[in-house]
Amino acid sequence: MSSSATDNSISLLRPDGWNRPPVIEPSNDGDLLEVAMGPHHPSTHGVFRMDVALDGERVIRLKPVFGYLHRNHEKLAEGMSYLSSMPFTDRLDYICPMTNNWAYALAVEKLTGQEVPERAQYLRVIVGELTRVQNHASAIGFLIQEMGASGTPLMYAFKAREKILDLFEELTGARMMVNYMRFGGCRVDATPAWLTATRKVVDELPQFVDEFENLLTGNEILMARTQGIGILPAELAVNAGVTGPMLRASGVNYDIRKVDKYGAYDRFKFRVPLGDHGDVYDRFMIRFLEIRESLAILDQALKQIPGGPVMDSKAKLRGFRPKPGEAYGRIEAPKGELGFYLISDGGPNPYRYRIRPPSLINLTILEDMCLGQNVADVVLIFGSVDIVLGEVDR
Amino acid sequence: MKSVEEIKAAIEAAVPGAGVEIQTNPSVSAQHSLRLAPSHAIEVATFLRDDPEMALDFLSNATGVDWPDKEISEKVKVTRTVTKTVDGVEQHLEETVEETTRRIAPGCLEAVYHLYSVAKGHGPVVIRMKTVNRADQVELPSLTPVWRSAEFQEREIFDLFGIVFKGHPDLRRLLMWDEFKDHPMRRDYVDPDDFEYEPTAHDEVLKRAQEHKSREQGTGNRDQKDQAATGL
Repeated sequence: MSSSATDNSISLLRPDGWNRPPVIEPSNDGDLLEVAMGPHHPSTHGVFRMDVALDGERVIRLKPVFGYLHRNHEKLAEGMSYLSSMPFTDRLDYICPMTNNWAYALAVEKLTGQEVPERAQYLRVIVGELTRVQNHASAIGFLIQEMGASGTPLMYAFKAREKILDLFEELTGARMMVNYMRFGGCRVDATPAWLTATRKVVDELPQFVDEFENLLTGNEILMARTQGIGILPAELAVNAGVTGPMLRASGVNYDIRKVDKYGAYDRFKFRVPLGDHGDVYDRFMIRFLEIRESLAILDQALKQIPGGPVMDSKAKLRGFRPKPGEAYGRIEAPKGELGFYLISDGGPNPYRYRIRPPSLINLTILEDMCLGQNVADVVLIFGSVDIVLGEVDR
Repeated sequence: MKSVEEIKAAIEAAVPGAGVEIQTNPSVSAQHSLRLAPSHAIEVATFLRDDPEMALDFLSNATGVDWPDKEISEKVKVTRTVTKTVDGVEQHLEETVEETTRRIAPGCLEAVYHLYSVAKGHGPVVIRMKTVNRADQVELPSLTPVWRSAEFQEREIFDLFGIVFKGHPDLRRLLMWDEFKDHPMRRDYVDPDDFEYEPTAHDEVLKRAQEHKSREQGTGNRDQKDQAATGL
């Protein structure tokens, strides 16, 4: 089908350790075509530009351009109290507001030493894994859409996402801007009715995953377009700070849920799916497998969830002043490692508030993966990274 | 994982004269950090990455912190000899006076890196470097040649804080546009005075737009100055 799709002769990591993308010489002495893909390209999930230099259809150079959505979230957070930043974290990766809340709450809890009650830990796991399911489902849908299957697979994914967003609405009052977690617990408790509804959704989801997978996985066009495309070697992935499903698709066993055992993750049995080749197909498949593992965690969490309060009674939300010092808290968000780095000077506002955005850092190796590939595959490789611009530009 | 003291000892054994200092973190998280001397930073970073026991192959987070100049006022007791006239007789008396001295503690910019090990599953090890000041000596060695993941993050620090990373392969602004002058994450950053473009000014914005207009009529017109500087 395409000869360049199987052309993996370019070594991405140079042996001397100098980890720059290789320079690819044009095949003839003809002119290069420079294309600005974006900022309004329909595949870019927002406003993002790739400046691409092409030799025929082959990509010779690719420079990502950021900042179209930049609002300096970090500066805003330095001017307000710790709690006031919580609703703003919803707007980072707006597909996964729950995990953003969780990462921020975790960082502040590390800074203050705040304890979280057991039931709140379980609720966090439940909403976090629901978030992962709907994020991965829509990521797969977007990826297929970028391949040219316009609409239908994405709407299948959104059908499942819709059910989860309905659960979020019932629990928190908002579908996307949930503002659910607090330092020392969660804002509201889940009713028994909500847990029953969640159980029903979780029981129905495997059927959806089977159906979705049957439609897509064995598809000949999908395999031809994705296998052997955009290969990311494991060594480079670790060196470039790639995290999440992208890292595991390259075969690196690193899941922060297993490594840090934050929340209640040490109490559940789940496996970490790994890829063999690190190509677009592996990144596509890994998300299916992770959805199945998330459903396994959800099943266990809904069975084991204990009673009790969801907020620490000693928790002080407003006007609290952490001792001077700093803390870095991180979680395994659906897109990768989401971290918050906080410095307190003893005041009511954070002195420094930094977000470690997985979407931005996973794009570091975008050029490496695209070099030597066809321009039509750039869209696909980019889609397999799974980013949200609200988090990239902050 | 090794404690910071052990890591410090290991670094000093491997890189002589590394000049590593421990900065303790008084908060509950107890994530203490190692302050590296910029002159040896690359060697130390390479050691931390390649040492089989540390194996810190994963640079998770790189960020900047701005520490502006601080005015410190201290009360010091000073003993002075005072000449006084007591009962018509001049006497030299020793008197203790409390004086307030003010000094400026010079500020700096700081780069902070959080390292983890994928191979060993431990971390974080926090390393940090300081610039000499905030104005003209803001250079630090780039750690991008050691960990590629610093590439965009150091560009962001350069953009928002103004630390110049020497040895960075592609040091450009990341989030702000190329023509932008200032560094918005610095504590003393002032919003640009561009309120003349505000279409429906009201409240505070109207006040600033009016201030802008009155300044424009005076001598200090920013636009004219800019035009003179750029020769347009």
